Amino acid sequence: MTRPLLLRGGRVIDPANGRDQVADVLLERGTVRDVGLNLGAPDDAQVIDVAGLVVAPGLIDVHVHLREPGQEERETIATGAASAVAGGFTGICAMPNTDPVIDNQAAVGFVKAKGEAAGLARVYPIGCISVGQRGERLAEFGEMVAAGAVAVSDDGHPVMSSQLMRNALEYALTFGIPVADHCEDAPLAKGGAMHEGIVAARLGLKGIPSAAEEIHVARDCILSGLTGGHVHLCHMSTRGSVDLIRRAKEQGLKVTAEAAPHHFALTHDRVGDYDTNAKMNPPLREEEDREAIRAAIADGTIDCIATDHAPHHYDAKEREFDDAPNGIIGLETALSIALQQLVRPGLIDLSTMIERMSAAPARLWHLPGGSLGRGQVADVVVFDPDATWTVDPARIRSRSRNSPWLGEQLPGVVRWTIVGGRVVFDSQASS
Amino acid sequence: MSAPLLGKDLIGLEHLTREQVTAILDTAEPFKEVSERPIKKVPALRGKTIVNLFFEASTRTRISFEFAEKRLSADTVNVASAGSSVQKGETLVDTARNLEAMRIDMVVIRHGSSGAAKFLGDRIRSNVINAGDGQHEHPTQALLDLLTLRDRFGRVEGLKVCIVGDVMHSRVARSNIWGLTRLGAEVAVCGPPTLVPREFTDLGVRTFRRIEEAIEWADALNVLRLQLERMQAGFIPSLREYNRVFGVTRERLARASKDLIVLHPGPMNRGVEIDSDVADGPHSVILPQVTNGVAIRMAVLYLLAGGSPDWAAGGSDEK
Repeated sequence: MTRPLLLRGGRVIDPANGRDQVADVLLERGTVRDVGLNLGAPDDAQVIDVAGLVVAPGLIDVHVHLREPGQEERETIATGAASAVAGGFTGICAMPNTDPVIDNQAAVGFVKAKGEAAGLARVYPIGCISVGQRGERLAEFGEMVAAGAVAVSDDGHPVMSSQLMRNALEYALTFGIPVADHCEDAPLAKGGAMHEGIVAARLGLKGIPSAAEEIHVARDCILSGLTGGHVHLCHMSTRGSVDLIRRAKEQGLKVTAEAAPHHFALTHDRVGDYDTNAKMNPPLREEEDREAIRAAIADGTIDCIATDHAPHHYDAKEREFDDAPNGIIGLETALSIALQQLVRPGLIDLSTMIERMSAAPARLWHLPGGSLGRGQVADVVVFDPDATWTVDPARIRSRSRNSPWLGEQLPGVVRWTIVGGRVVFDSQASS
Repeated sequence: MSAPLLGKDLIGLEHLTREQVTAILDTAEPFKEVSERPIKKVPALRGKTIVNLFFEASTRTRISFEFAEKRLSADTVNVASAGSSVQKGETLVDTARNLEAMRIDMVVIRHGSSGAAKFLGDRIRSNVINAGDGQHEHPTQALLDLLTLRDRFGRVEGLKVCIVGDVMHSRVARSNIWGLTRLGAEVAVCGPPTLVPREFTDLGVRTFRRIEEAIEWADALNVLRLQLERMQAGFIPSLREYNRVFGVTRERLARASKDLIVLHPGPMNRGVEIDSDVADGPHSVILPQVTNGVAIRMAVLYLLAGGSPDWAAGGSDEK
């Protein structure tokens, strides 16, 4: 059993309990024992002085790609979990589009066991919606949930059949899990390499119109209304999607949504002259889209921030733009980008940032953590929002380096990450 | 010798200045004459090694470059994708590094992916000339179009040029838009809206929905090749209908109130985007374009190799 841990004198930001004050946090037997002023330390406790730092529930990311099994040259569950804790994440949800895909209880059990063996961030498997992600018939949700799956998704592929999506939403009601959809009208997006707009026109690249996403967002909202099922909309990128989600929420539909840091930080201009580290799906959009995503995070239309962490081997990105794979890593930069793009400009305060990156994903996906309430799991991040760091490729914990922020100086340094009361990341101990 | 006029590479016209474009055209003038001699050779690139790296089928552009290189006395090697290691799964960057290891001076690249020429240029020390990258740019084609327009009208500034057809998928269209606007021409595009991106208006280009309006407005039409796969992909219903609605026909040209000239980058689909009696008739400057192509490519090769425009004008006869 780990020793009790007393975090002394930090600024405790815990939106789930309406707390933002200087206080001590005592962690004992894997749970939060107490939060308050001048707490006494048990005899065997380790005491860490965290004055001047923020103490918050550990960050939770409902959308990461850990690549194991099958693509271990890009990432493994262990390296992904190491990347997570270095970025302040204590829980990550692993998308099932590995090789083979995670569409049965044995595969779900494999991901869970690998996550537990790594002993870093909590790794929650997501199961497939359809067998083989082929979009034809439902995978065994019940068995996968029993083995530890927390949601289902065919991410990487849209669910093109509205009938299958309807069935998934209805069937998932039994287990109370969200159905997370990658919204993309496949024929409309086919062959697209970036956002359809002036930059694509200039570069001679086939564009992916915003409509390709919005058509599926609209459909999924309508199907949520039809079924009462919980649809979770992955990586929202357009202003039109934001409008549709806002309307669905006004109607009381069980629709939740996430946005990725790159979609509120960057636009299609970042593609520049064919920078493959600016190639992702959905693509970087226009300034108006970026503004809409930022506003939607601020007002809660978009519930949470999720990275869509997508590791790729360096030589896969070192190719012609058309042939380069989509996606960037994000776990180690998400907190910094949120601070830089949302908190520093005053769009949201620190407490709202923690809500969107910890409390909301825990609440919406029924995951442990996201709260420093008494008796909750002792998953905590301690960070310095004012210090800065430089994204050094040599110091990235992920097995891949495909980030558009390499070499940039960013605000927000994660000092300690604690999972189940145990320090799993200490920025000054590890290098 | 003055500072190099162009950078290391010629990737496109988007980032060239008016002065640079004009200097290339001016440099091409004396090279036109070289091709009219009984012995069509000058020693300007003697000892230089050039690789023509063609990942896409091309007859006209490849032969034009090859003539340009040979008339400048360069040593050339042609690499076509069918016989290259690309067929064995080698990446573009590996191909490039291997060529570089053989100590070449220049690469002329034709590739199916937009950005491939810049990708190559950023990774090797040799000069890279873009002979067409995906749907991005085909700078030497646009330069030879500009030279042909200048030959006919004595200027490019103030000309009204309409690019007709599959603008969306055309690298020729993009390079022409940059080159023409840089030299002060007015540019329009005309074609089915499925093949003319709306974003082109943001590049300072006007759009005609009807070919008749374009013909009435223009001093010159640059008629693009319509690829057969555009029909298969559903952008247009049929080639027959395309010709009926957008084809450049003698009847349509006859109704225009002024004489205009017709360019085509080739290869033509006679009876689709252009009728035979237009292609072979008095409006057509299609063969002069091909002749100018060699001179333009000689000029570009010569300038990238460090030659000065003045020397080309005054000195190419001496040796």
